[in-house]
Amino acid sequence: MSRIADSFAELSRSQRKGLITFITAGDPDLDATPGFMHALVRGGADIIELGVPFSDPMADGETIQRASERALAAGASLGLVLDCVANFRAQDKTTPVVLMGYLNPIERMGSKTFAQAAHKAGVDGLLVVDAPPEEALELNREVTRMGLDQIFLVAPNSSESRIARVCELASGFVYFVAVKGVTGGKAAAVGDVQQLIETTRAMADLPVGIGFGIRTPEAAARAAAIADAIIVGSALVELIESNAGSETGASAIETFTASLREAIDA
Amino acid sequence: MTANSEPYLSASLGDQTGFPDANGHFGPYGGRFVAETLMGPLLELEAAYHKYMGDESFLNELDEDLRHYVGRPSPLYHARRWSQEIGGAQIYLKREDLNHTGAHKVNNTVGQALLAKRMGKPRVIAETGAGQHGVATATVAARLGMSCRVYMGADDIQRQSINVFRMKLLGAEVEAVNSGSRTLKDALNEAMRDWVANVDDTFYIIGTVAGPHPYPAMVRDFQSVIGREARMQCLDQVGRLPDALVACVGGGSNAIGLFYPFINDEEVEMIGVEAGGEGILSGLHAAPLSAGRPGVLHGNRTYLMQDESGQIEATHSISAGLDYPGVGPEHAWLKDSGRAQYETVTDDEALEAFARVTLLEGIMPALESSHALAYAQKLAQSMAQDKFLVVNLSGRGDKDIQTVAALNKITL
Repeated sequence: MSRIADSFAELSRSQRKGLITFITAGDPDLDATPGFMHALVRGGADIIELGVPFSDPMADGETIQRASERALAAGASLGLVLDCVANFRAQDKTTPVVLMGYLNPIERMGSKTFAQAAHKAGVDGLLVVDAPPEEALELNREVTRMGLDQIFLVAPNSSESRIARVCELASGFVYFVAVKGVTGGKAAAVGDVQQLIETTRAMADLPVGIGFGIRTPEAAARAAAIADAIIVGSALVELIESNAGSETGASAIETFTASLREAIDA
Repeated sequence: MTANSEPYLSASLGDQTGFPDANGHFGPYGGRFVAETLMGPLLELEAAYHKYMGDESFLNELDEDLRHYVGRPSPLYHARRWSQEIGGAQIYLKREDLNHTGAHKVNNTVGQALLAKRMGKPRVIAETGAGQHGVATATVAARLGMSCRVYMGADDIQRQSINVFRMKLLGAEVEAVNSGSRTLKDALNEAMRDWVANVDDTFYIIGTVAGPHPYPAMVRDFQSVIGREARMQCLDQVGRLPDALVACVGGGSNAIGLFYPFINDEEVEMIGVEAGGEGILSGLHAAPLSAGRPGVLHGNRTYLMQDESGQIEATHSISAGLDYPGVGPEHAWLKDSGRAQYETVTDDEALEAFARVTLLEGIMPALESSHALAYAQKLAQSMAQDKFLVVNLSGRGDKDIQTVAALNKITL
């Protein structure tokens, strides 16, 4: 079983909801990232999503876009992000790591080379925002061959036939986008999407995580009630931004993550 | 049949080549590389587009607008004095600069705005580089009473202040984009973000033959009125098809518009001209087909200017309208298949052509179009006098006089 499947199996046994936390790798610099990842785990994150910086993050809002720009300015690249994961993995053998990013840097490295390098670094899953299932066949073949899960998005305006397409390739979990919009935008309208999450879970036979627009412990608790896991990103990236250059980044991350954990476990 | 009675949009999607395929692919290029949230809206747009391209009342309304609002057909003009000075092949100019708003961009915005109206979307958004597409979108939005927001890179707002003011006079909001390189590519990112958040009431009018399917095919079909007219005009005025077509390529909409109706006329050479900036070797250019490699950006696979880790690179061109790191996927396919050739022209060569055509023909071309003119001059020199070329004069140069004046150290 993959680390992601193990993690959800354990959550299910303990009747808890999963906490998936996102930060942009290399923000403010690559040296900081493994420490931030450990802080997320100490705060109670079950799965870490690590954003791979891209120059044109079309599906992200301002917060994550600025983080990508900071990371690229500090020299981040897909290859160096994999090094960060390997560094983290040397000390943490159990917490799943999912890379989230855009297709071009992966294709530039080559799908096969990427899949092998990611596996070797200790990556467990991959979410490519701009690769819907019909454009992801070749990449999916390479990453599944290396035992990685590929996570796909389902949106509030996805038809059942679209969800069925996603289910053909998805593994690990399904990422349900709670709002029509970009990351860090409007607050998630949990009531509106509950039915579609049920449909998705039934069709995919996979856990469903809900993300986009979950910024506070209160919102986290509401979202956790209707999904198997919640995903928080921009709020953490904002913490990193406001603590940039200080020693307090990791402890701020840990404290905020613990507040999310407490809210969804309550 | 003359150009005046031929219906403008009798052609159906992909009729000349069979491209794109059902998922929007031109060979290995094109496609729909977007987040899932946009898949539904893109499929809805594609269905509406197919429906209305076969709908007589839609096509009649579009025809009417192209004739009486845009001012079509645009003339095919024999540039005799310039051709004589060059001393080779005869050069004919397809006068898209004479369209309402001063460029070819309006052919497409008229079409997409009518589609938005039929789809019941009261709000339109657009990205713009030089401001020509923004002005053309603001113009049709004003006429149809739609609310309009145009995204424009903060640097482009600085260098194209006249067009910014035009858009505002037309009632559009102009939103400055301060992210990334603060130019056209970043404006496109921002417009996509707006669209994804407001898809229920908003139609995104993309200005070029790039973006996710169906945009490259749809924009091509709206722009191919250029080539359909030019083809008939060549037969009427010269009695045969031209030896070559020349057009500038940023995203590539004016070039595809001219090329597409000739695509099965194998004896007609097609040459797209990219912005060579300060020269390809300098690295300061905007020539992905000539110096880039395939990748994925803005919803499609195409040639891109990118670094070795797959990040999109900053571009340079004297003309804001060519300052884009990608290119329409159909051009990528035409390049690989060998049906079209792609060349580059530097900033300086474009400025020289701008000056010659202004002085000899009394026509002031846009700096974008001046790239096509500069290459046409070189090509004509190498050809016999009984040959002839058609150059797409895609826009007028009034918007560029501040840039040209500044280069000559003149304060207006």
